[in-house]
Amino acid sequence: MKPQGQRDLVLDSIFVYGAVNASLDMISLLKTIWTVFMTMFRKRVTILYPEEGPHIPPRWRGRIILSRDPDGHERCVACYLCAVACPVACISLQAAEDEDGRRYPEFFRINFSRCIFCGYCEEACPTYAIQLTTDFEMSEYKRQNLVYEKEDLLISGPGKYHDYNFYRVAGLSIKGKGKGEAENEEKPVDRKGLMP
Amino acid sequence: MERLIISFGILSAVLAIGGLLIWLERRLLGLWQDRYGPNRVGPFGLLQVLADMIKVFTKEDWIPPFADKAVFIIAPAVIVVVVLMSFTVVPFAPGIEVVDLNIGLLFFLSMSSLGVYSVALAGWASSSKYSLLGGLRASAQMLSYEVFMGLSLMGVVMIAGSFNLREIVEAQRHVWFVALQPLGFVIFFIACVAETHRLPFDLPEAESELVAGYHSEYSGMKFGMFFVGEYLGITLVSALMAVLFFGGWLGPVLPPLVWFLIKTFAFISFFILLRASLPRPRYDQLMSFGWKVMFPLALLNLIVTGAVVLLRAR
Repeated sequence: MKPQGQRDLVLDSIFVYGAVNASLDMISLLKTIWTVFMTMFRKRVTILYPEEGPHIPPRWRGRIILSRDPDGHERCVACYLCAVACPVACISLQAAEDEDGRRYPEFFRINFSRCIFCGYCEEACPTYAIQLTTDFEMSEYKRQNLVYEKEDLLISGPGKYHDYNFYRVAGLSIKGKGKGEAENEEKPVDRKGLMP
Repeated sequence: MERLIISFGILSAVLAIGGLLIWLERRLLGLWQDRYGPNRVGPFGLLQVLADMIKVFTKEDWIPPFADKAVFIIAPAVIVVVVLMSFTVVPFAPGIEVVDLNIGLLFFLSMSSLGVYSVALAGWASSSKYSLLGGLRASAQMLSYEVFMGLSLMGVVMIAGSFNLREIVEAQRHVWFVALQPLGFVIFFIACVAETHRLPFDLPEAESELVAGYHSEYSGMKFGMFFVGEYLGITLVSALMAVLFFGGWLGPVLPPLVWFLIKTFAFISFFILLRASLPRPRYDQLMSFGWKVMFPLALLNLIVTGAVVLLRAR
């Protein structure tokens, strides 16, 4: 037992250490307060939607469209590749052929409530018909209104790829272009002739 | 009659400021956090106050069946009554005060001690573990920080020679007390932050820790009273700091009331800046800081001030 009146040096030193430590910590607190105060003079980082729009890069995957080629015909040849590539099976279409020999989709339906905007359909498409644009403002009140038919998806221009015309480079013969008349295509070989 | 008009004027001004603080705090917090506060509802988001009022009034006013009914209902009223009573002794400008009390400062200190009741009763009456913990922490924190709140003010009283708040302002005509009592001001400021349980001392209502602390079980207007009571408390201590240390309504060019309001709002903004910037200390760190650092410093301040006053009086 310690005699009465003798101070406990250990406690005293702990106390002094604590007091000095706390007082020195005040400096770092004041620095914090000053730093936060100076943020007042910085520009705020909030984007005031809908008055200001966010910056969207050009390859951003947004709403899906069906484009036309530079001649004005639809690009889609109803090959079903996009429907097969889609991971959530949200594309539904039916092929048909018109009197020119061109294939086209009789109906083309995308269920945007299922679509995950992955872009696999755009990668799979051989004719650059299906494309993803930068639009994202697609809210609807009824779920049924999110199922887009061909007339909702088809646009009047070529979309992101301005010059591509599938039927000009493909070998298929349609009205107005026979076999061998596509770009970079050689004439078909005459199997029954004798000349090399 | 004139006194009655002034009293009503002060009451409505104080309540209006309490409501305005709802908007001001959110906008200022946004300003210091690199974002906008509410800016959609009216011009600059001012109608947000109205929206919040409508929300608070129309919420379901539910009293938990396991709660102690009478105490549960009284607790939020206590804090608002106590803070509004303290406003009666604050001098806004020469002649504009509700009552010129000779023991004004002592009245404020006793009212703030009564304010501890609201938190303790709210935590107790809610009969839920988070509320109880919040109430316990809050009452312990408020009690311990109140000790040196009073002590730090004694320096001001010694220099001014009176507890009357108007006379304390008058005594600052030549030099503000913040220059004579810097340590006293710092101690009083920290004690006030703890009394109104604002960040960094807001463990009682720590939003991320104790659900909502002592007011977890409150909804509707009762919660509104705690909410507005806290803002009124901030206004009260800001006004008191302006009066006691920064010369109250004294200032060169502008009318006295305008100076008072400028100083009060500067302190309110500083409270909000503290909320935006500081982290929250742990509860034991908070209590040890209060008792082991602030209390001895307050005593030291008192001794030194007393010695200087006695020596100069000689």
